[in-house]
Amino acid sequence: MLHLNDIALRYGAKTVVEHLSLSLAAGQIGCLLGASGCGKTTVLRAIAGFETVREGSIVLGGETVADARRSVPPELRQIGMVFQDYALFPHLDVAGNIAFGLGRLDRAARRARVDELLELVGLTGQGGRYPHQLSGGQQQRVALARALAPSPRLLLLDEPFSNLDVELRERLAQEVRAILKAAGTTAILVTHDQHEAFAVADVVGVMADGHIRQWATPYRLYHEPADRFVADFIGEGTFLPGRIVGAQCIEIELGEICRTVPFGGRPGDVADVLIRPDDIQHDDASPTRARVLAKAFRGAEFLYTLELPSGARVLSLVPSHHDHAIGEAIGIRAEIDHLIAFARGE
Amino acid sequence: MAELALNPAVSDPSPHAAHHRRHAWRGVAISLPIALLTLIPLLVVLASFLSPQPEIWAHLAQYVLPGVLRNTLLLIIGVGLGVLGLGVSLAWLTAMCEFPGRRFFAWALMLPLAMPAYVLAFVMVGLLDFTGPVQTWLRAAFGGSAWFPPIRSSGGVVLVLSLAFYPYVYLLARNAFATQGRRALEAAQMLGVSRRAAFWRVAIPMARPWIVGGLTLALMETLADFGAVSVFNFDTFTTAIYKAWFALFNLPAASQLASLLVLFVLALAVVEQRVRGERLYHARAGGGERIALRGTARWGAVAWCALVLLVAFVVPLIQLGHWVTQVWADDFDERYPAFIGRSVLLAALAALLVAALALALAYARRRYRDGGTRWLVRLATLGYAVPGTVLAVGVFIPIAWLDNLLLAIFQPLGFEGFQVFKGTVAVMLLALAARFLAVGFQPVDSGMQRITRNQEEAARSLGLRSRQVLLRLHLPLLRGGLFTALLMVFVDVMKEMPITLMTRAFGWDTLAVRVFEMTSEGMWDRAALPALFIVLAGLLPVLLLTRHGAED
Repeated sequence: MLHLNDIALRYGAKTVVEHLSLSLAAGQIGCLLGASGCGKTTVLRAIAGFETVREGSIVLGGETVADARRSVPPELRQIGMVFQDYALFPHLDVAGNIAFGLGRLDRAARRARVDELLELVGLTGQGGRYPHQLSGGQQQRVALARALAPSPRLLLLDEPFSNLDVELRERLAQEVRAILKAAGTTAILVTHDQHEAFAVADVVGVMADGHIRQWATPYRLYHEPADRFVADFIGEGTFLPGRIVGAQCIEIELGEICRTVPFGGRPGDVADVLIRPDDIQHDDASPTRARVLAKAFRGAEFLYTLELPSGARVLSLVPSHHDHAIGEAIGIRAEIDHLIAFARGE
Repeated sequence: MAELALNPAVSDPSPHAAHHRRHAWRGVAISLPIALLTLIPLLVVLASFLSPQPEIWAHLAQYVLPGVLRNTLLLIIGVGLGVLGLGVSLAWLTAMCEFPGRRFFAWALMLPLAMPAYVLAFVMVGLLDFTGPVQTWLRAAFGGSAWFPPIRSSGGVVLVLSLAFYPYVYLLARNAFATQGRRALEAAQMLGVSRRAAFWRVAIPMARPWIVGGLTLALMETLADFGAVSVFNFDTFTTAIYKAWFALFNLPAASQLASLLVLFVLALAVVEQRVRGERLYHARAGGGERIALRGTARWGAVAWCALVLLVAFVVPLIQLGHWVTQVWADDFDERYPAFIGRSVLLAALAALLVAALALALAYARRRYRDGGTRWLVRLATLGYAVPGTVLAVGVFIPIAWLDNLLLAIFQPLGFEGFQVFKGTVAVMLLALAARFLAVGFQPVDSGMQRITRNQEEAARSLGLRSRQVLLRLHLPLLRGGLFTALLMVFVDVMKEMPITLMTRAFGWDTLAVRVFEMTSEGMWDRAALPALFIVLAGLLPVLLLTRHGAED
């Protein structure tokens, strides 16, 4: 459906994005995830047609919409966009905003389409209100309905939840995914928030310095990060030093982990092993003790920062009825299903 | 109103609301006397509706009104279209497009604000009239049959007033385009609308509250203009009021005419207040780069900006300078220090008075937020919409009545004068303060609004009494706003013509009055000398405005 083939984007002499490729199948929701300044919004604007592609090409539904030589103007690409600040038109009511891109339809068809979308986003009967009369969440849904109204071939969402408060953000992220899936829309989301990315997207690209480091499902990003950067960026965790022993095992302070070693190390090589908070189980019966350095209450769980006898640190998620004091030594056990390790110095 | 009630800022559930309600009369006690400054002249003028004098109306309806109404409508339509065309196009180019010299033009296109309409008017007439340098040169070059459109025509008045007042539309529209940014245009493009169509379907409608606001201000100035139309002998309400009073000595007729003019300007004021409210909902900060113009469009933009700047400011300023060098030696004599002295004295006193009143009003509105105070503050600042000629009539009538009353009491006691207040600087100041209160109130009030309630409450919780809060928190933070108010009012009074002309004591001439006397005799070169002083003073607030613009 959408292919970015080895594209490069520049502002003047400054290269923002280089050698970037990705593909999205019809009906799939993709996400570009990265810190601000990593180039993700520039990629989105290039797909929309607001930035010039210097190298490579963008192919949408079999049609090349942009390459180094030509560029289809944004209004002819049939791509929808939800802006970070929604960019609703304050002089038009909700129905007027949604109908804005429906110029080709006659009046009756336009009204029918507007009603259909109001229902889709759960704002039935609100067509006569003006943007300033709506809450942030409602404005967001109007922006989504407006972008979906002309049935775009592809929908772009630029940090669509960043102006909402945290609770609303999570609920709306799930809602938006449901709406997009119900409409069968192909979409790309740009965000710096991994929870948002995981809640909405089928496939996520972690970006840094104008490159996609890994393009994979959220599950694989978390459990099989391609490199140290992705491992660090996604989820929480700490690295423990380890040593490869035998063909299938790595020995760390908490014991031996026997899984397929993810890089081609030989016995005796030194490695860094990523330990996630959910890899460390609290077990009073365990002989391995660790001292509580800090704790953060998260409602159902505590996130403990623990110090091992060697001085290395690990994180552990523990059900919150296990309330231990700082300084206390508690029993722990490593239960690692996914071995994530990188050769030292990589 | 239902949606307003949902907005906490409007329904104001402040814990101190009850306290403020209890002391509501204090807010009214501060704002009512200030509001009377505007209300009394307005009511006096409008009261002439209550006592219609059939013979005066018959005379006006037959000889004065047809021409005056036709000319006024012509000005409203012509100048309205003129300022929209100039203001919106220049605002769009300098706010949204990129072309050589854009930053310079964005600043320089405000300069015509410094040139009063009456100065632009006489310079244009002097330049372009049959005996002026342009037509003389054309005849020398192309023979006696060379044709040039006559400047002394309705077209000429419309052109001059459009060039003088377009900055109101320009400034507000530029502000609107800059805040909407490119985001709205991009949103429209993503919905399949081309950029050109998006300009008309999105950018202009979104900027409408600002554009209409600028338009109503420009039209208020047009209706209030006295000096420029006098130069053209183009009869409007203001010149008719002046003639009725000073040529026919018929004050009731002047008052009847003023009451009609007030209806026009109040209609404009209502529109202006309404769109001002709409702007709240349109405010959106949007960034994005400007549209880079290429090829013809690029140089077309440069040419258009340069043309307007040349015609509206640079050429008139050069012509003024040229005339001044010719008459300087003969004309600059001991009368001039007196003209300048009176202008500066009047402007300084008015500025101080307005700043003090503006501070009192802004404080009253801040402290006592009841409906009565709010309404009185609104009424008090309505004077910006009321033409100077109307205020002059409205202030003169009650003062004359008061004078007669006092003379009836004092003359039997041996008082020998013919007037007590008439023709004093105090009376001029009352009318000027009413006219320019809004000019001073605006910067003071916006400074006041930047002080948060929490800052006030922090000061109170640190043990300061309310008067100390005013002295130690408000005044220091309002210094910038007060300075702006002083400067703007000072310069507006320097430029002001009709109030000074109509309420001054005989022979108490200022620079603006001097300009009027020289232009009414067609001596453009001798009018240039006082005019140049006024223009130079007028540059001060424009420079201040641009400094603020640069900070934003």
